[in-house]
Amino acid sequence: MRTGLIAEKMGMTRIFTAEGQSVPVTVLQALDIQVTQKKTTETDGYTAIQVGMGNQKPSRVSKPLTGHFAKAKVEPKQHVVEFRVSEENLLEAGTELKTDHFAEGAIVDVTGVTIGKGFAGVMKRHNFGGLRASHGVSVTHRSHGSTGQRQDPGKVFKGKKMAGHMGVRRRTQQNLQVVRVDADRGLILVKGSVPGAKGSVVMVRDAVKKSNA
Amino acid sequence: MNIIEQLNQETIASQGKTIPEFAVGDTLRVQVKVSEGNRERLQAFEGLVIGRRNAGLNSSVTIRKISFGEGVERVFPLYSPILERIEVVRRGDVRRAKLYYLRGRAGKSARITEKKQFANAAEAAAAKAAAAAAAAEAAPAAEATATAEA
Repeated sequence: MRTGLIAEKMGMTRIFTAEGQSVPVTVLQALDIQVTQKKTTETDGYTAIQVGMGNQKPSRVSKPLTGHFAKAKVEPKQHVVEFRVSEENLLEAGTELKTDHFAEGAIVDVTGVTIGKGFAGVMKRHNFGGLRASHGVSVTHRSHGSTGQRQDPGKVFKGKKMAGHMGVRRRTQQNLQVVRVDADRGLILVKGSVPGAKGSVVMVRDAVKKSNA
Repeated sequence: MNIIEQLNQETIASQGKTIPEFAVGDTLRVQVKVSEGNRERLQAFEGLVIGRRNAGLNSSVTIRKISFGEGVERVFPLYSPILERIEVVRRGDVRRAKLYYLRGRAGKSARITEKKQFANAAEAAAAKAAAAAAAAEAAPAAEATATAEA
């Protein structure tokens, strides 16, 4: 298991293949990525790498974090994320990573926090059908209808799909193809969409369910 | 310029395409690359531009033609590599940005008048004046006949 990268979601665009097909891609940018800590079995009981992305003004970093970055001899970072790695893939603190960590054509998983939708009704949140537009339905066209049975069981079952807060959840989009990599500008172009809004921070990892062999 | 716009500009530049000036109402002939098996050839699609989307890399053109009595519309992304060449066949004179009203029409009522081309502004003004004079001449004549009838 190799380490992943943190990146900023920049937005979406399209790429034309030589055959004339249009491929929708999400542009991810990852600049100034460095390993900020190495965790080993001896010191921490497991193996992992802490990766930081984007340089931060030192005045904006708390004193404990400043010390943490100083220990790794790296500049203060905007975002820090830990990735579990196998022992042979451990990297030393301070190691610089580039987006060419991922080869073109590789399959990756991208994790992010989805766009918040606020308090959403059942039609938007769970794709319910709602009630009829006419035939005597009054005021409740977008409601959920019945939530259960009668005196027996006499309760609403747990997990019943209802209206509530939607979005702002950590979600992983699996098996996305890396279409293009630009190490100089720190870009990764991934086919398809990725959770999160523009400017949000996402994690890119080797796909769990598909090997890149 | 943000990175998305930058990437789009690079894609446009890398294609090295020159798209001729054309507008809605014009008749275009586009040469489309068609691959049959592993052989590639060009196929022409000629028709009327009924809509144009100007959106950088995502620009597209909607072309409508009547093929064997059946209306056919195709949307071409202007920066798609399958578009080999665009030729302007005829310039049309229209007052709408989108000519979707043509979908419900056929034959005579679906015609578009050709745009008059003038070499300079003076010539255009002269033509306009001539047209106005002709209209003024026709109007009193019509009035005269009307009074005579009465």
